[in-house]
Amino acid sequence: MSRIDLDLAHAYKPNPQADDDYALLPLKMTFEDGGAYALLGPSGCGKTTLLNIVSGLVKPSQGTVKYDGVDVTARTPQERNIAQVFQFPVIYDTMTVAQNLAFPLRNRGVAPDRIKERVGRIAEMLEMSHQLDARAAGLAADAKQKISLGRGLVREDVSAVLFDEPLTVIDPHLKWQLRRKLKQIHHELKLTLIYVTHDQVEALTFADQVIVMTRGRAVQVGSASDLFERPRHTFVGHFIGSPGMNLLAARWSEQGLEVAGRVVAGRAAAEGVKAATLLGVRPEYVTVAVPDTPGAVPVTVDQAQDIGTYWLLTTHAADGSRIRARLHPHQAIPRAGDTAWLQINGPHTCLYENELLIESGGQPARGVAA
Amino acid sequence: MKPVNQKAWLMILPVVICVAFSAILPLMTVVNYSVQDIISPDRRVFVGTDWFKQVMRDDDLHAALIRQIGYSLAVLLVEIPLGIALALAMPAKGWRSSAVLVLVAISLLIPWNVVGTIWQIYGRTDIGLLGATLQKLGLDYDYTGNPRHAWLTVLAMDVWHWTPLVALLCYAGLRAIPDAYYQAASIDGASKLAVFRYIQLPKMRGVLMIAVLLRFMDSFMIYTEPFVLTGGGPGNSTTFLSQYLTQKAVGQFDLGPAAAFSLIYFLIILLLCFILYTWMQRVGTVNEGETSHG
Repeated sequence: MSRIDLDLAHAYKPNPQADDDYALLPLKMTFEDGGAYALLGPSGCGKTTLLNIVSGLVKPSQGTVKYDGVDVTARTPQERNIAQVFQFPVIYDTMTVAQNLAFPLRNRGVAPDRIKERVGRIAEMLEMSHQLDARAAGLAADAKQKISLGRGLVREDVSAVLFDEPLTVIDPHLKWQLRRKLKQIHHELKLTLIYVTHDQVEALTFADQVIVMTRGRAVQVGSASDLFERPRHTFVGHFIGSPGMNLLAARWSEQGLEVAGRVVAGRAAAEGVKAATLLGVRPEYVTVAVPDTPGAVPVTVDQAQDIGTYWLLTTHAADGSRIRARLHPHQAIPRAGDTAWLQINGPHTCLYENELLIESGGQPARGVAA
Repeated sequence: MKPVNQKAWLMILPVVICVAFSAILPLMTVVNYSVQDIISPDRRVFVGTDWFKQVMRDDDLHAALIRQIGYSLAVLLVEIPLGIALALAMPAKGWRSSAVLVLVAISLLIPWNVVGTIWQIYGRTDIGLLGATLQKLGLDYDYTGNPRHAWLTVLAMDVWHWTPLVALLCYAGLRAIPDAYYQAASIDGASKLAVFRYIQLPKMRGVLMIAVLLRFMDSFMIYTEPFVLTGGGPGNSTTFLSQYLTQKAVGQFDLGPAAAFSLIYFLIILLLCFILYTWMQRVGTVNEGETSHG
């Protein structure tokens, strides 16, 4: 177990010039010992590259990887003593479940008694004790992936366990079960876990800290509520949440902040901000308002969908910008074609400039480096 | 009641005719020969199973059969491991892999009789590169006089000619293994040997079965190369089954025994085919069961 510090950049091509040449733009990051982290982002954002750099399967083209302050950039995965679980189950076909689980220990010359004990414990944890003598090749995909997980967890002394979208091939109802299992294992073993996924629910339920990535950049590191309440980058805003944050073109005038020709905040702009800005508000925080309420804008309702636990309202304002709202089913829901007033200014409203958060709930955002 | 349409019979008629002329009629001719003693084109005597009895008691045939089995086993024992080793050593990516693939495949493009001729000259002790070199090294190599040398030369020729096929099949099998397996093995701390034993070899099982089957059947029917190289000699040391058969049928014109022997040969091949096919099928279904989950 160790603390992992990254200060690096990576390009698969030699001689990177533009930002697009980099798989990972220069970044600094720390994974604390015993933490549960998720790397979240769309396909191709560099999250698997980052994971493989941490594990040592990929060597960063610049910079260093440190475990507990020791530079391990040049070391192999084996020397770094990490465990990694891949997207598709990797099992050794000719071995039984028990032999599969014992393999990482056997390769390291652990005593047979100790191996037996560890394998038994891990099998119990994964509820595979009854299958130990079955041939691994004949099992279903989720059982195979459990073996892969088990091989990752069987060593006690690992620096970290890395997961690369490990639940992709698993049925939804088993996903929940396995994820709960992982969380439980994290509590029991206090291992550093890093979990790559493109599924926000998976990331937010699994990890204490979620690292949101896009186009080779880690745009925000934070807890689930940080990412939800104060997305520091517009990408985080629309990637997290279902549906994502409403991002509306806004501008500062002498009257205050205007959206679609209506003043939504009657105050002066903070010093140094540009007139044109982007107002972000989550559909959860958009409410139906009485006409002419300060901070509300008139919209035309395009669609009102019953999603079960809530209604999803899709509307457009006078300037054409789309505003979505999540409404409770027990309130009056405007119908498609109606004109409604939506309150978009509140304590959860954020303002963005150049995709970065500059203000949230009327307060300047702290610690936002351009 | 459903009307019965007999037109389908008409549709398969071309196939029936083709198969009749290409397989059934020649086979029946052989059956015909095997139960008669043909003394001259218009004098023949029905002899029943006499030829079969005679052939079954033929010591030369037994010797050829044993020689054949030994040869086929030797071919498999050398070519399969060598092919695997070759495939493992071949580069996986880039122009080097293309270049090596072409180089390796060259021997497969050479016709059988040319292969025999190449080795006939190659092994000559006066002008052949191999023969002369071995002589220079002080080895009394002579494939035309020494039965063991002849046998080894025929084996070496087959290894040179056909190991590339095994190598190419294994190469294809190796390339089909996802990178994640190697990465997982590296993380599990597996040695190179363990990677081979637990990942590469099991994943190559399918292609290896094909390689074994092809090389076994081919070597079991080998004719042209030893015929050109040694003519079956010295003595009978490199006379394999098909050559023995040809000697009987065409050389001595013993049509009856040759026909009887052909049928036995045919049955042996059929039996071995059946065994290998069933084996492959079984391995195939196990593999399928694996991949459908993976």
